[in-house]
Amino acid sequence: MTAPLSAAVRDRPPPVIAETVIEVRDLTKRYGTNVVHEHLDFDVRRGEIVSIVGGSGSGKTTLVRQILGLEQPTSGSIFVFGEDTSMIDPHAARLMRSRVGMLFQQGALFSSLSVFDNVAQPLRELGRVPRALLHDIVLLKLEMVGLPCKHASKMPAALSGGMIKRVGIARALALEPELLFLDEPTAGLDPQSSEEFVELIATLHRALGLTVVMVTHDLETMAALSTRVAVMADRKVLVAAPIEEAAGVEHPFIREFFLGRRGRRALQALPPERRAKLPPAALVSASAEVPL
Amino acid sequence: MEEGGYRSWAYCSGGAHTPARDLSGPEEDANAAGLLAGYNGRSSSSMGLPSLDFDTPPGLQIAAGSPGPLVRLSGQWTALALARSRARGGVTTRLASLRGNTSAQWDLSAVVRMDHVGGQALWRVWGRKMPERVTLTDTQRDIFARIALLETHREEPEPVERINPVTALGHGIFSFADHVYGGIALFGRVVLDALSVLRRPASAPWTEISANIYNAGAKALPITALVAFLIGVVLSYLSAQELLLFGANQYIVNILGLAVIRELGPVLSAILVAGRSGSAITAQIGVMRVTEELDAMRVMGIPHGLRIVLPRVVALAVAMPLLVMWTNIVALTGGALAAQVVLGIDVPYFMRALPKVVPIANLYIGLAKGATFGILIALVACHFGFRIKPNSQSLGTGTTSAVVTSITVVILADAVFAIAFQNVGI
Repeated sequence: MTAPLSAAVRDRPPPVIAETVIEVRDLTKRYGTNVVHEHLDFDVRRGEIVSIVGGSGSGKTTLVRQILGLEQPTSGSIFVFGEDTSMIDPHAARLMRSRVGMLFQQGALFSSLSVFDNVAQPLRELGRVPRALLHDIVLLKLEMVGLPCKHASKMPAALSGGMIKRVGIARALALEPELLFLDEPTAGLDPQSSEEFVELIATLHRALGLTVVMVTHDLETMAALSTRVAVMADRKVLVAAPIEEAAGVEHPFIREFFLGRRGRRALQALPPERRAKLPPAALVSASAEVPL
Repeated sequence: MEEGGYRSWAYCSGGAHTPARDLSGPEEDANAAGLLAGYNGRSSSSMGLPSLDFDTPPGLQIAAGSPGPLVRLSGQWTALALARSRARGGVTTRLASLRGNTSAQWDLSAVVRMDHVGGQALWRVWGRKMPERVTLTDTQRDIFARIALLETHREEPEPVERINPVTALGHGIFSFADHVYGGIALFGRVVLDALSVLRRPASAPWTEISANIYNAGAKALPITALVAFLIGVVLSYLSAQELLLFGANQYIVNILGLAVIRELGPVLSAILVAGRSGSAITAQIGVMRVTEELDAMRVMGIPHGLRIVLPRVVALAVAMPLLVMWTNIVALTGGALAAQVVLGIDVPYFMRALPKVVPIANLYIGLAKGATFGILIALVACHFGFRIKPNSQSLGTGTTSAVVTSITVVILADAVFAIAFQNVGI
């Protein structure tokens, strides 16, 4: 299921990294006595693919949910497209929602609607769209994400994991947002589907000039796509830098995450010019055998 | 190529990139040009939009020209902008009038932003091919190239299978038979499980039974009391109006006693329990299916019948007679109070007369009904719970069917009781 689009964008340059679109300043988030974020700063610039990584429970998804406005920060401010999300009026918030898309971890497809209606829903929400045009728009989105249009009449329960994620992306892209959030995009996919999905995101990133923020545990996906990696630990973003620089930062979590065997394997697969910048510890051999 | 070339939104990022821009024309275009100047004022690397600016509606200017009209587009041609413009009866209707006009000349260079939705709206008007005479920026050309590319690969959606009424009726009959078969099988399973528990009482799911009795019985006391009290008052008050006509005041005890103990108490509490606990059981089992808890139990060798169905059936069989008793007491209290107010029959007389005029067999029938109804409600609710599929709609319809079916089954069973015991206690 390779999108026909990927051949068309292969010789294109990646989007130019431009102005800041997400700006998180001095964010603190508490649940009762449990502090998730403390004085956290985080930036995303237009055209980037930023991966948010961190241990389980380090607040990656919470951070994304706060940026999306699904949860309120305890203190601090979040600017999306230069607007403070806590001050924004409902009308402007609606407009902003149409510039942001999100793919949830399990797809979050509307289980009682067919694939077609799932993708058409955000458009129908805008007002009446002529049937024929809606049909064209939805099928184009499905083609864009490499899902054969014959599946459009299926119900989400009849789709495989990889297809659910594709429909999720198509639905997120229905209004052609500038900013796309992905929560664990390759979790639960087989290696082949993961590979195809990574290619799809790279293709859409180029074709549509998207800005992508993804939460992921998958080191290979992260190494293949990210322009920057934001590492979360100690309730804040420790470092947000290209992966080869982030791997060199001295911190226990980073050492475990990037310089463990899986981390080294992913880092060693980077292209040579980026591999040259890696710290020597990352280049120690990482054989697949488990030492006991 | 300009930097904007790969972006979905076609920014007209400067006069140099937009070959044909003779904006000598009308004001609307001049307006758009002013906006363009605003964008051009930014550094070319940051092609950012002014934040949240969706206020330049799509514009369409048709000027006379030869051989066909000259169509100039301006403003934003995005999904959002077009939808808002449509709501105001904007350009879309005028655009539709140009459909099939092959001689028109199109100028899109004044369009501030365009996405695939806007592109597709034009593409349809153009008859799914590029018009012969068109002025585009490179980014717009890319969008149309993508639309054309993706259309060539398209397979139409598989048609959804439509079912004609005859087939639907057949499906309905088979599905009914399937439900009956499933219900009987479930009942058989419960009987076998109950027998095995009788043989080895240590294996009984005591904790589950006790928890279910508490949830379905103890927690239902307030609501059943409220409903029963009001029904008692209403029944007593309405009967009193008729009895007063004949001066047969003391027969209120017979009417209320028989109606409540034999009929209303069991049915009323059964309906409340079906709505309250029946739906809860179905939803709970349904969610367990969705979250694969049922499969986890099966893999671990924990039988569903013993751990899920039996505790609920036993719990309702125990809790329902108790609830029936409670409903009887509260409804009769309400009835007695109303009788005192309307007919002047004092409560102690009511209490004394009750055992004389209502044979005790009626109470036993009522309690037996309660236990039967409880078992039926639990069975129906479990049956529908196990058939829920993992989607939100199925959960909704499953719960509804469970409640509707269990109330229907309760009324049916009540009719059977009425016929079977027609000579007892009256």
